Amino acid sequence: MYTVAFPSFCVHGPRHEEDIMDLVRREVEKCDRLGGFFNMMSMAGGTGSGMGTYITQCLRDTYPHSFILNQVTWPYGTGEVIVQNYNSVLTLSHLYQSSDAILVHENDTVHKICAQLMNIKQISFKDVNKVIAHQLGSVLQPAYTEGASEYNRNPLGDLMKSMVCHPEYKLLGLRNIPQMSETSLAYSVFTWPGLLKHLRQMLIANAKMEEGIDWQVRPPAGGLPPAEKGTHNKQLRFNTSLANLLILRGKDVQSADTGGFMDPALYTSWLPPGVASSTWRTPMSFNRYEKSATLVSNSQFLLKPLDGIVGKAWNMFASRAYVHQYTQFGISEEDFLDSFTALEQIIASYTHL
Amino acid sequence: MGGGTGSGLGTFVLNVLEDEFPEVYRIVTSVYPSAEDDVITSPYNSVLAMRELTEHADCVLPIENQSLVDIVNKIKHMSHSGKLGAEIKQSSTIISGQGGVKGQEKPFDAMNNIVANMLLNLTSSARFEGSLNMDLNEITMNLVPFPNLHYLVSSLTPLYTLADVNVPSRRLDQMFSDAFSKDHQLIHSDPKHSLYLACALIVRGDVQVSDLRRNIERLKPSLPFVSWNQEGWKTGLCSVPPVGHSHSLLALANNTCVKPTFIELKDRFMKLYKKRAHLHHYLHVDGMEQSCFSEAFSSLSSLIEEYNQLDATKGLLMTDAQRLNIAV
Repeated sequence: MYTVAFPSFCVHGPRHEEDIMDLVRREVEKCDRLGGFFNMMSMAGGTGSGMGTYITQCLRDTYPHSFILNQVTWPYGTGEVIVQNYNSVLTLSHLYQSSDAILVHENDTVHKICAQLMNIKQISFKDVNKVIAHQLGSVLQPAYTEGASEYNRNPLGDLMKSMVCHPEYKLLGLRNIPQMSETSLAYSVFTWPGLLKHLRQMLIANAKMEEGIDWQVRPPAGGLPPAEKGTHNKQLRFNTSLANLLILRGKDVQSADTGGFMDPALYTSWLPPGVASSTWRTPMSFNRYEKSATLVSNSQFLLKPLDGIVGKAWNMFASRAYVHQYTQFGISEEDFLDSFTALEQIIASYTHL
Repeated sequence: MGGGTGSGLGTFVLNVLEDEFPEVYRIVTSVYPSAEDDVITSPYNSVLAMRELTEHADCVLPIENQSLVDIVNKIKHMSHSGKLGAEIKQSSTIISGQGGVKGQEKPFDAMNNIVANMLLNLTSSARFEGSLNMDLNEITMNLVPFPNLHYLVSSLTPLYTLADVNVPSRRLDQMFSDAFSKDHQLIHSDPKHSLYLACALIVRGDVQVSDLRRNIERLKPSLPFVSWNQEGWKTGLCSVPPVGHSHSLLALANNTCVKPTFIELKDRFMKLYKKRAHLHHYLHVDGMEQSCFSEAFSSLSSLIEEYNQLDATKGLLMTDAQRLNIAV
């Protein structure tokens, strides 16, 4: 389907709505019990950002009580599509209204994982997609939720329950370790304390992968009033969390000590860690890794990239460049301003965690 | 653009297409006249046509005959010019149509072949599969920030068959560097010393996204982009290379370097128009009036002025626009 960036939202979406919703309805009717919808799309180009957002809206209208999780691919910082910043702004602001949670993968991060951890020389999209598939698999494969002794029946629901406590905070990030090439895997041994220590520091220091972690960053000492805490954390480059879900898979999983994630200093002041942190332990190993730990977190990790994208889009909007391409398809300057406002609101909310 | 058929009938067809199919993008390849053009009234024809192109085309790819001649000569002098491909005839005896046998034979076949290759590369993503498809309408969408500024400088590599099929990375990087060298451009201009508004790279063959990213990072520092589009790159990857090559690259740049070409056109027009020379040939025709000329002239002038305004921002330290303030 050839599309012209976001205008696919206005033209192609409505044109194919009936066929697509028909297909969806048939699949839904086959289910014994509908767990929800998991949509995967990119944010930079046309089809993903435009059609994907439109379809999500249709799903929300047709199935108002179902869970909708959107997996969104964040474009390369150095540009894949020139209007990617506009498309990203429009996509995120619209998705925030219809989706329950937005799980983000950044192309730059996955690319670095391929280059530095997997040691791939000539990285193709196949390699990038493999990493993303592995990370998603570690979350969506059947698991034992907290305290359960059988596989969860409601994976999306359980995920939402743990991660999205407030409709203003819907941005989720994923960190999965270990991640390495097959050859290195043969010579590596992992322990739960080691893996959990790395994951915790990755969360605190906002490291996107298991290399170049800044061990200097520490959670703030308790006792600071909330107003001061913000600036204090910024100075420390500390990443405040709203919710964290640990998904552990593999050998001796019951013995893993996840106490480090219960530390109140990791979280915003208005949420007790008992509520904000949870762990799923599954004894089955995942994808050849004897032990595998995934952290799904709702935190400030996307603040900087989001602020960057909004800043660049705003600068471009200030000169009205490319705007005529959108207005000719029905997206007005007011629509742009609404989207910018919505995102600035989200940025402000996350900043003041 | 210099002759009558192209500038007149060509732009008429453009208008008809717009009326019949208003939603379909119109991408025009126009050959701009060189200074020593045979047709004396070519400045008139060109400026009249320019107005049509500015108003009714979505995207224009200007070509200059002189650049094509230079490229053809370059191919002839290449040391490894073993197999140049079946389309290029080494000795062409095509004679220029403007009366009389010219002393130097103009190899139109070879020149046309270059433009044909450029068009093939442009449409490759629409005809073949690839990991990062780039359709024709994406070209307009990404490369045209303001409706009138839709003139793109094209450059093509390679211009000859590479002897070695398994090209190591170094040669691949050379292809990217070549695309930004003046020798490979289809129009004489200096993009590196003007302002880039946007740039598209259409790659064919066995090239991966990491090669693409690496080369963009490498070339970016030497290419001046407008302040609000610092990462103004659009990329397309098509897996099928052109016949006889292992990969190829077409670069399309929306750059203010087309301004001098337009200014020259304007000056040549004024030289004739001031004296009202040859004007009566046009005014004899029903429907042609003097106002057509003055309107075409002002259309070209305002186009040049738009480019001027953007050029004025070059090198200035632009402060970021003030962001919206949200009450918390």
